[in-house]
Amino acid sequence: MILIRLVQSPIELSDWSSTIDDPDTGAHAWFAGVTRRKTTTEGGRVRITKTLHYQAHESMALGQLQQLAEQAMRTYSLAAVVIVHRLGEVPLGQASVLVGCSSAHRRDAFSALPWIMDRLKADVPIWKRETFADDSTEWIHP
Amino acid sequence: MQILLFAGVRDAAGCDVIEVTVDPPATAAMLIDAVAAQVPAAAQLIGVSRLAVDGQYVAGDHVVERGDAELALIPPVSGG
Repeated sequence: MILIRLVQSPIELSDWSSTIDDPDTGAHAWFAGVTRRKTTTEGGRVRITKTLHYQAHESMALGQLQQLAEQAMRTYSLAAVVIVHRLGEVPLGQASVLVGCSSAHRRDAFSALPWIMDRLKADVPIWKRETFADDSTEWIHP
Repeated sequence: MQILLFAGVRDAAGCDVIEVTVDPPATAAMLIDAVAAQVPAAAQLIGVSRLAVDGQYVAGDHVVERGDAELALIPPVSGG
């Protein structure tokens, strides 16, 4: 089972937790990426984030997320994968992304989460724009 | 050919789609260069961007046909 969604409203784990239920799994693993207040630059300067705004090429992002979920299912023998990414404004402390997966044993579910997030951050066409405490803004293009 | 723009490139261009003209056969790299020439303020960012054809990334030497449904310039992504 694969579930991929792009949403405009807050992501609550409780809304999604049952989506990876499967009677043949013994491990459910979740990751939430959350808007962080402080970012330390390479030069050691601390920048204070006020809020984040996410933009996507939505149809391509959905396709890319589906592809990487399918790869994760095969690579880690997962029973289910859910990936939810929020677009638009994401205030401090709120989740921009939620990834969950289930597998028969814990090692596969644990391993799949960083694998999925690394690929999401490399290839899925979603971008964040930071608004800092001084109201300056910057698109993040790593 | 029309190319969709996103994030920092879209802001620099001031529009979400740009029209470029390249003599055929047009490769992805040629189209990216054409966008950079039209949006010099973002040339560096465009130079590290990838082209997607119908939602799939293509290599620089990929020849883009005029009938290709959707072209998108994808600057380095920062989801998550």
